[in-house]
Order: sequence, then structure tokens, then C-alpha cells
Amino acid sequence: LVFAGSAQAEPNIDPNPDVTELVINGEIPITIRAPAPDHLDGALPEIYSGWLYRDASTREMEMDDFENPAMPFVDAGIEAWNAVDGSEGKSCADCHGAIEEGMAGVRAVMPKVNEAGALWSMEDYINDCRVNRMGAEAYDWDKQPMKNITAAIAAQSRGMPVNVAIDGAAAPYWEQGREMYYTRYGKLQLSCASCHQENNNNFIRGDHLSQGQINGFPVYRLKQSALVTIHNRFYGCVRDTQAESFAKGGDELRALELYVASRGNGLSVEGPSVRP
Amino acid sequence: MRKLFVLCTAGMVMLPSVLAAETAPGDVVFGDLGAVEESLTGTAGNAEAGLEVATTRSLGNCLACHVAEGWAHMPLPGNIGPALTSVAHRYTEAELRGILINSKHMFEGTVMPSFYNVDDIIRPGDGYTGKAATSVEPLLSAQQIEDLLALLQTFDEPEEE
Ligand code: HEC
Ligand code: HEC
Ligand code: HEC
Repeated sequence: LVFAGSAQAEPNIDPNPDVTELVINGEIPITIRAPAPDHLDGALPEIYSGWLYRDASTREMEMDDFENPAMPFVDAGIEAWNAVDGSEGKSCADCHGAIEEGMAGVRAVMPKVNEAGALWSMEDYINDCRVNRMGAEAYDWDKQPMKNITAAIAAQSRGMPVNVAIDGAAAPYWEQGREMYYTRYGKLQLSCASCHQENNNNFIRGDHLSQGQINGFPVYRLKQSALVTIHNRFYGCVRDTQAESFAKGGDELRALELYVASRGNGLSVEGPSVRP
Repeated sequence: MRKLFVLCTAGMVMLPSVLAAETAPGDVVFGDLGAVEESLTGTAGNAEAGLEVATTRSLGNCLACHVAEGWAHMPLPGNIGPALTSVAHRYTEAELRGILINSKHMFEGTVMPSFYNVDDIIRPGDGYTGKAATSVEPLLSAQQIEDLLALLQTFDEPEEE
């Protein structure tokens, strides 16, 4: 194993220069390296997809939808998209049309501020439609039906550049998220930046630390044999600093989601991706 | 068992000073560069117990971040911090104790956790549960710090170059 006994690696360098491209199904080119967005002020010289940090066999699973274990959940999500549900007798497709058209590009700009001025994640928009437009029950943020539909929606934007808005009405949420990113939480006193900015490309125990980008979400984690949501991942990373973590679907993690998404502006939407 | 016996005997002879012997996190005196001269407990550390602390995730979890010949038998050590194999040559006993207690005095802004400290903790959790802590205890006990110190003092292999 290369890292056993090896010295500290320099952070923020290309973790895998030999791997030049990711093309899914031989037809969707994915931007896995991009210039860092200006707002990072050089904190990261270049941005990298988490895919680049994974071993060859995990990387390969994501290159072909027949090998990608997340794809059955995408199919289930598309089925739900077309199914009538709730008191109004409507399906998502009745208003938005085919998911391929209606949802293309949506993942790339989430989370975003809604008409009322509140920052909403994809999950909030979905539940708003379910409750207020379909008369159906809200999906639980971190349960299977929600994960299926968000995976299906993400898949419609694969290959498109992440491009969340951080100015105007989004600015205060973005500031809140940035503040959180650099706060050293918990008894271990570690921030997101401690691991994903100062130490990406290093190993923490057996884990090769990435930049903690969210362009690949939802991700299929082989270790859990399950789709993992953005807020679930954030919850776990904060918990692992021996901190009181933040509620999934709460305002704090929504703001953090916007900030982390903005660190990946320019990478492609890649979800649902595969991770160890 | 033996430790208990030693403590009891000592206690009979000099009870008040034994009770006062364990230094609380807030009372630790840091010297220049963050060194701590005085033992936290007055009881010499045990290197074997220190190895257990260093390699257990819920305790020191030092191997999450450091390679060391002393725990080469454990799989997948991390490389966030420097290799510790020769660390006894690089630092005095007092400096090592200071690093273990709160390395932020010596390495400003370091990501290495402060293992015997209760100050400036934001949203302290109850271990790795994600729930709020009911009281803020240091990550390790005073004696666990002394045990780790005994371990690090055995990490005296010649420096590679
Ligand atoms: C009765 C009509 C209707 C139904 C049914 C409906 N939606 Fe919507 N949806 C809308 C309208 C109207 C908007 C807001 C206008 C817009 O931005 O397109 C919206 C917005 C959205 C958005 C945000 C899109 C964006 O770019 O801002 C998502 C995501 C979404 N809906 C998903 C769903 C899903 C998933 C379902 C089914 C579970 C669903 N919708 C069912 C009408 C509907
Ligand atoms: C103690 C170290 C540590 C801290 C602190 C930490 N993480 Fe992580 N994080 C990890 C590890 C280990 C992984 C799995 C390997 C990887 O993808 O980096 C991970 C993975 C992730 C991923 C998944 C990336 C992918 O491509 O699948 C995201 C997103 C993430 N972290 C965000 C965060 C955010 C946001 C914070 C702060 C709230 C944070 N992390 C704090 C250790 C940490
Ligand atoms: C989250 C990562 C992390 C953990 C856990 C950690 N350390 Fe460290 N340690 C570091 C880093 C990084 C440094 C380098 C100091 C700096 O930031 O410049 C360091 C430095 C040291 C040094 C000084 C080494 C030198 O050559 O300068 C010693 C000794 C040490 N650590 C011991 C330990 C012990 C013992 C434990 C467990 C009780 C431990 N560390 C846990 C990250 C960590």
C-alpha cells in the first residue's frame, strides 16, 4: 500500500494525475478538474471531484450505468416521478413533463433561494410540490423515496457544470455556510477545512481525504450499500469531530450545503456517484 | 489491581498530596513553547497502556493521523501528522507532555486535537453519537496522558535521513 509509512503528502495537488478523464456510458463527459472559483481566493488552487481520490475499481463502477449500484434507485425515482399520488390526482410528470426535460439543469443550481426569499434545497422544492400542489405527504428528508427521486433528478443534469448563485438574496446564506465551514467543531476541534482543505490528498486512517465536494450527490456508498444524501454526509462529518451535529434538513445544513456547493462551481454534476 | 494497591498504600502515607496530585485541565502550567514539566498524576506512565490508548479509536486514535514503528502491527495508519518513530529524539519529556495535553501551544492552529483540555469547545458532543454532551470532559484522562508519554519515550529509533 502506497501510503503505509509514507510521509505527509502536499495538500491541494492533483491526487491522481494519471487519470485524465471520466466519461460515463461512453457518452457523458464529466469535468473532474476545474479552476477554483474566484470566491475561494486561492484557498484551493484547483478543484477536484471526489471520484479522482477513489481506487480504480470504485472509479470504474461509476463509468457505466450497468455497473453503478445507484441506478436501480434512479429507476425507482423515475417510476415515482410518473406515478399519480395525493388528493389532487397528479404526478410530477403532469406538471413538469418528462423528467429528462423538466429536470435537466435543476441539480446544478441547487440549493437556491425561493420566491419567498428562503434558501431551499432540492428536497424542499420536492416536498413543496408534493404537499401544496399534489396533496400528498411530504417525503422524509433522509428516507428511500426522497433519495430515489433526488437521485433521478440529479441524473438528468450529469455533465452540466455546477453553478449555484452566491450573490444577491443568496449572500447571507452563503456567508453563514462559509462561517460554518471554517468553524472547528466538537471536542476534536476540527472544521471542514481542517480535513478537506488543509489535508485533502492525505490519509486519515485508511481514508483518502478528498476536497469534500458535493457534485456527486447523492452518492452510493459501498460500505453502507445505500444512497447517501448531502445532509447525511455533513451530519456524519460533524458527528465525527465529537460534536453535537446539525439536523438534516435544518437551516444550518442548508446554508452549509450552499457554501460547499459553491466550492464546486465548475465541476460537473456527477450524481449519483459511487464511493467506498 | 497492582496499581490500585500502590495507590492505596501511598494514600495511607500521604493522603492529601495524592488527592491534590492530579492536575485538572484548567490548572496545567505551560512553559516556553508549550512544554509541561510536571507530571499530571505523579504516577509514572505505562507504555503498554499508552499503546492501547494510541491505537483505540474512541481514545487517542493517534494512528488515524500518525505513522509510528511502535504501532506498525496495526493496519492503515494515516499521514496527517509527522511520523512518530523517532519522536523521543526530537523533544524532551516536558515538551512531549505539552504536545499531548494541548499541542496548540506549540503548533499554532494545528489540526491535532488537544487531548487534555476543556476550553473553547464549540458544540461538544457525547462521544461519536452526534448528540450533545451533558458535561465536557477532556478527551483523555490525566493518567492516559502519562501512559502515552511513556509510550512516546520508547519511540527512539534513529532518525532516518
Ligand atoms: C401541480 C403542478 C406540479 C406538480 C404535480 C409537481 N410540481 Fe414541481 N413545480 C411546480 C411549479 C409550479 C414549480 C415552481 C415553478 C418552477 O420553478 O418551475 C415547481 C418546482 C419544482 C422544482 C424546482 C425546480 C426549479 O428549477 O426551481 C422541483 C425540483 C420540482 N418542482 C419537483 C417536483 C417533483 C419531484 C414532483 C412530484 C413529486 C413535482 N415537482 C410535482 C408544479 C408542480
Ligand atoms: C475528521 C475529518 C473530517 C472532517 C472534520 C470533515 N470530514 Fe468530510 N469526510 C471525511 C472523510 C474521511 C471522508 C471520506 C473520504 C472523502 O471523500 O474525503 C469525507 C467525505 C466527505 C464528503 C463526500 C465527498 C465525496 O465525494 O463523496 C463530503 C461532501 C464531506 N466530507 C463534507 C464535509 C463537510 C461539509 C465538513 C464540515 C462540516 C466535513 N466534511 C468535515 C472526513 C472529515
Ligand atoms: C487529527 C490529526 C491528529 C491526531 C488524531 C493526532 N495528531 Fe499528533 N500531530 C498532528 C499534526 C498535524 C502534527 C504536526 C503539528 C503541526 O500542525 O505542525 C502533529 C504532531 C505531533 C507530535 C510532534 C511530532 C513532531 O515530530 O513534531 C507528536 C509527538 C504527536 N503529534 C503525537 C500524537 C499522539 C500521541 C496522538 C494521539 C494521542 C496524536 N498525535 C494524535 C495531527 C494529529
